[in-house]
Amino acid sequence: MTEHEGRNVVPTDRPPEQPATLVRDFTPDLIDVGTHHLCPGCGEPVAMRAALEAVAELGVVQRTIGVFGIGCYTAFSNNLDVEVLQALHGRAPSLATGVKRAKPAAFVFTVQGDGDMVNEGLQEVIHTAARGENVTCIMLNNGVFGETGGHMTATTVIGQRTKNTLEGRNAEDHGHPILLANMLAGIDGSAYVARGAVNNAHNVALTKQMITAAFESQIAGRGFSFVEVLTMCPTGWFIDTTEAPEYLADNLAAVHQIGVLKDVARADA
Amino acid sequence: MSMRLLEGSEAIAEAMVGAGCRFFAGYPMTPFTEVLELMARLLPEAGGVCMNAESELEAIGMAWGAAATGTPAATGSTGQGLSLMQESLAEITLARLPLVVLNMARAQGDYFQATRGGGHGDYRHIVLAPADVAEAVGLVRYAFELTFRWRNPVLVFGDYYLAHTATSVDITEVEAGERDVSWALNGSSGGTGSAKLVSPLGAFKRKNQAGYNLADHYASCAAATTEMTAGVKPIVEAEHTDGAEVVVVAFGTPGRYVRAAVRSLRADGVPVGYVRPVTLYPFPGEAVARACADARAVAVYENNQGQMIDDVRLAVLGAAPVHFIGGLSLDSSGFGIAPDLDVQVMRARIEEVFAR
Amino acid sequence: MSEKRVLTRGTVVIDVDACKGCDLCIDACPPGVLTMTSHELNARGYAYPALSPGCTGSRICAQICPDFVLQVYKYDEPIELVVHE
Repeated sequence: MTEHEGRNVVPTDRPPEQPATLVRDFTPDLIDVGTHHLCPGCGEPVAMRAALEAVAELGVVQRTIGVFGIGCYTAFSNNLDVEVLQALHGRAPSLATGVKRAKPAAFVFTVQGDGDMVNEGLQEVIHTAARGENVTCIMLNNGVFGETGGHMTATTVIGQRTKNTLEGRNAEDHGHPILLANMLAGIDGSAYVARGAVNNAHNVALTKQMITAAFESQIAGRGFSFVEVLTMCPTGWFIDTTEAPEYLADNLAAVHQIGVLKDVARADA
Repeated sequence: MSMRLLEGSEAIAEAMVGAGCRFFAGYPMTPFTEVLELMARLLPEAGGVCMNAESELEAIGMAWGAAATGTPAATGSTGQGLSLMQESLAEITLARLPLVVLNMARAQGDYFQATRGGGHGDYRHIVLAPADVAEAVGLVRYAFELTFRWRNPVLVFGDYYLAHTATSVDITEVEAGERDVSWALNGSSGGTGSAKLVSPLGAFKRKNQAGYNLADHYASCAAATTEMTAGVKPIVEAEHTDGAEVVVVAFGTPGRYVRAAVRSLRADGVPVGYVRPVTLYPFPGEAVARACADARAVAVYENNQGQMIDDVRLAVLGAAPVHFIGGLSLDSSGFGIAPDLDVQVMRARIEEVFAR
Repeated sequence: MSEKRVLTRGTVVIDVDACKGCDLCIDACPPGVLTMTSHELNARGYAYPALSPGCTGSRICAQICPDFVLQVYKYDEPIELVVHE
């Protein structure tokens, strides 16, 4: 214990001297490097961490191919120790289809944002779901184009302020948000559809369970699986990092509601 | 030898499967449609996959995914469909992936699309333009060889006539050489500390303190393009160029009609020659210049408003005037089934060049 | 100045220079034993968390941390840390 800025501070620059068990490491094994370029308070790395933990826990590391869309999360693929195929904006579900059909033994998941999946590539994910393609798509939904600096996407909720809806999105001028998970749950061919969030530890754990269930669905060959993850984007929401978890709950999650929307494995049981 | 009477589309599909193609994705569009129909029948029999994509955007995306696994893959369409695919084609090239792309074009208005590309960024595709079904079979096989050799998409630029003309052709399977696919994804490098990354932004990993290094990646792509452009042997067909006062340049199906017109004029003692670029990129500039060395005028026939003529001018470099004798020639079908693909019409246009 | 003994079940190792100072761990910590430095900054210019006695090893800070700054240990036997107040 040392005095630090007038407080009693426990040393945190080294493992404890007393007998102790490591219960949570900095990163899972499949993240090569912890440091990344994403903004303070961003929810995306937390969601991607959950996906990589699930890949490791399900024992599919050496047959995993991740297909990444274009958004803030794209460059995070440089940090990973799973194979990655980089797609164009919106096109990842088709690339994932090509990978899976050419190499059916591969375990294939996409990482895309709401701008990528709902704006640019909506038809791709819908057709991939309808084909019952045995891949998992993960959408990181923060309701803005984060990489361009906080512009309206097709999932931006009514009232949400963005750089091109300065007074908040209104339905008359800007239309209504698309609730993608709900849409995909209604399509024959989707086997597992869920929406999680990473705005608190409970939701992070829930999201990890959802991603694990989606991945298990693919491993069981049940068809298309989808997990939407609501993520914080304080930079694109123009709010303080500490306000972002609550902003997510009050705004995004109020419209894009958290929960498992479809699970054919349970319906069959 | 296994000679069979096949329509061009059938022969091209058979040649693709024979060359080892095991993944195809397409969307119907005349006159490309029959290739898709045949691949949908042939590939499952050969242990491959044919996807009826929901659009050309999905088709090129699926082919991209399959190509990234090292699977010999192809897609295609007609020029309009290829317009939709250009963004992906540019990225696939910058990701250094092999892919064979067919353009069963209407007329020849897609020369610029084929040789310049309609996508963004700094890239080139090898372009092969067959004039008949037998040549198409050979060039399709060659396309798979080239695309793996150079890890760069190769475009086979056909047309309506090629797709729909039935000819007796040899479609004996040829043994594909060893293909290096050590770059391809199959998941197995995951967890090794050096998992593969296939990306149009380069394969740099942050753990090597690199992160994205677009400058280095684009420089290496540019070097690969330069090497490919120098390394692909230009192919031309030339006839009667010795002592020719006028040399006519044409490509693809119209080349056969021009060849017939030139032969007919030669039979009448007119000193005219003929040259047909088969590789449109790299353009056989030196061979065209050599063929035109004795000419006082060069004529270019294309079923468009004049596109390849730019490359012919660059090849001849002012040594002789270059005249355009082709043109848009559309019948009511809109498919570029040109009424002026007529040897008598061509003879007359060539004779006009002599009269200038 | 008085002494107080604080039951402490866990502890964290903090990768100070990876932190971007987002404060999410501060708000999330159930016993409230993480506080941001007020005038010390890391190599990248961000404030970063410091740990006071009383950590429960809940892992919640690490669950929410976007920058993977925290490594969490649970003591095999809880310890008592002495605080001067």
